[in-house]
Amino acid sequence: MTMLYDLASVIRSKNAGPLLTTIDLLFEDNKTFERVVASEILTPDLIANLYGVPAGNVKIVSFFAANAIKITFPRAGARSGSPGDKDVYGAQQHRPLIDVEIP
Amino acid sequence: MDELKILSVCGFMGYGFPEQSLLTGIQQNPHVIGADNGSTDPGPYYLGSGEPLIKRPQMLRDLGLALAAAREVGVPLIIGSSGTAGGDPHVDSVLEVLNYLSKRDNHSYRLAVIRSELDKKLVVDAIKSNKVRPLGDQPDISENDVEASERIVGQMGVGPFVRALEGGAEVIIAGRSCDTAIFASMAVMKGFDLGLAYHMAKIIECGAQCAIPTGTNDSIMATLHEDYFELEPMNPLRTLTPTSVAAHMMYEQPDPYIFHEPEGLVDLHGSNIEMSTERRVRVEGSKFELATNPTIKLEAARRVGFRTITVAGIADPSLIDHLEEVSCGVRETVDSMLRSTEVKCYELRFTAYGIDGVLMSSNSPDKSKPEEVGLLIEAIGDDQETADTVLSLARSTFMHFGFTGRKATGGNLAFPFSPSDFRGGPVYEFSIYHTMEVDDPSKPFNVEFEDIVS
Repeated sequence: MTMLYDLASVIRSKNAGPLLTTIDLLFEDNKTFERVVASEILTPDLIANLYGVPAGNVKIVSFFAANAIKITFPRAGARSGSPGDKDVYGAQQHRPLIDVEIP
Repeated sequence: MDELKILSVCGFMGYGFPEQSLLTGIQQNPHVIGADNGSTDPGPYYLGSGEPLIKRPQMLRDLGLALAAAREVGVPLIIGSSGTAGGDPHVDSVLEVLNYLSKRDNHSYRLAVIRSELDKKLVVDAIKSNKVRPLGDQPDISENDVEASERIVGQMGVGPFVRALEGGAEVIIAGRSCDTAIFASMAVMKGFDLGLAYHMAKIIECGAQCAIPTGTNDSIMATLHEDYFELEPMNPLRTLTPTSVAAHMMYEQPDPYIFHEPEGLVDLHGSNIEMSTERRVRVEGSKFELATNPTIKLEAARRVGFRTITVAGIADPSLIDHLEEVSCGVRETVDSMLRSTEVKCYELRFTAYGIDGVLMSSNSPDKSKPEEVGLLIEAIGDDQETADTVLSLARSTFMHFGFTGRKATGGNLAFPFSPSDFRGGPVYEFSIYHTMEVDDPSKPFNVEFEDIVS
């Protein structure tokens, strides 16, 4: 088992507009990318559990040209910059994913 | 014309870029120079308040260099999403800097100003004819939402830029713009393939962000041909790879294969990216589909109150263990103290950095207690004095609040500053983030020309 943080060359979160959080996982090579995809660990249910959002609103796309996986879901908290928001740019929301273990 | 060179100065004008990168760019004789100057990323404050995120000296430096470069080569300079949010005060703030620079550096040129602040009546009429729709999972908007908004901007596509270029504009200062429109407009005017033009524009609107190492605040050149385009970072310290360029298509986008523009949809399923020379990456196969019902994106912000904050550190382990108890107790005390006063409507929030300061989700992965905690206390009231009062009371109450097992009775908070409290001013939230169906996506955006003679 290896942590996602150790497998990914880039693991980042950011707003995709003020309503969505989007997380990019980029892998150094196709082999690592295929390993993560084949593990079927990254599912809408996992994201729903980690982020407290409905699984039905989680979109996961594998992007083969970049050995990358994109995960997009509605912000778990307030919309960007509204009272109660903790991360206006959504730039630090990758944290719950980093210790997900991949076989 | 068999090739078109588009120079992107940087990803956000005002963040600063290496001057040499711009100079390297203009030595290659670009046909147009562009830069984005705005975003919704910094949140609703800028749109609501009319203030730019970028300070005047930053803008003087970046716009001064870009303007001088464009005038030297004699090609159009296009600035989109001027002044962060693209409202009238934002556009005016950039025009003021431009005007100052033009006099200072003796530049003469034909200026086009494209405003994007929309008449509220236009939006109300569109709501009544059922042409405004929510983006994502949010409610429809009503006439009240329009009235409560400080201002509404529409995101312009390529149309208004093409009108400006056709009218001979040598400098374009545009309000809220689709990032792509800044860089694709010249290509659209010259009849280049739209799929390639938009894909190219989507990449270079972030400056050299697609390079290794990433360089949002650096210049990149795109060269568009009939059936492909090439990209080259202007800073020799950066390189491109097909993977780095492909990966950029994910950035701040919900879907890496498709993105939407007012005029239609760009489909990257068939895009092919490969190295063409040591410094250049070549892209082909990107497709454009014309929209049957063109839309423009609307953005608006409304004021919800005024904010005052304080920041303090906590190191006492017992207090860190009882933080929730103390926060609840302070809130109850503040509520009861203010019950008999005129201060009624306020929000009081405690954010503990080190415990739950960052993650939006409640399912925090690590429950172990930190050595130190940074505490942010925030009060929002209907006016600034209310926020000041609530915060002041919460701060002093927290400082001396008793809790189970308290040993450090000198005070609960380590304040880094005197005064400890800071006014954040008006607080806004995005009130409209919707699309509006339009017959002609260019129509709401008026292009005004002026010949600047210095």
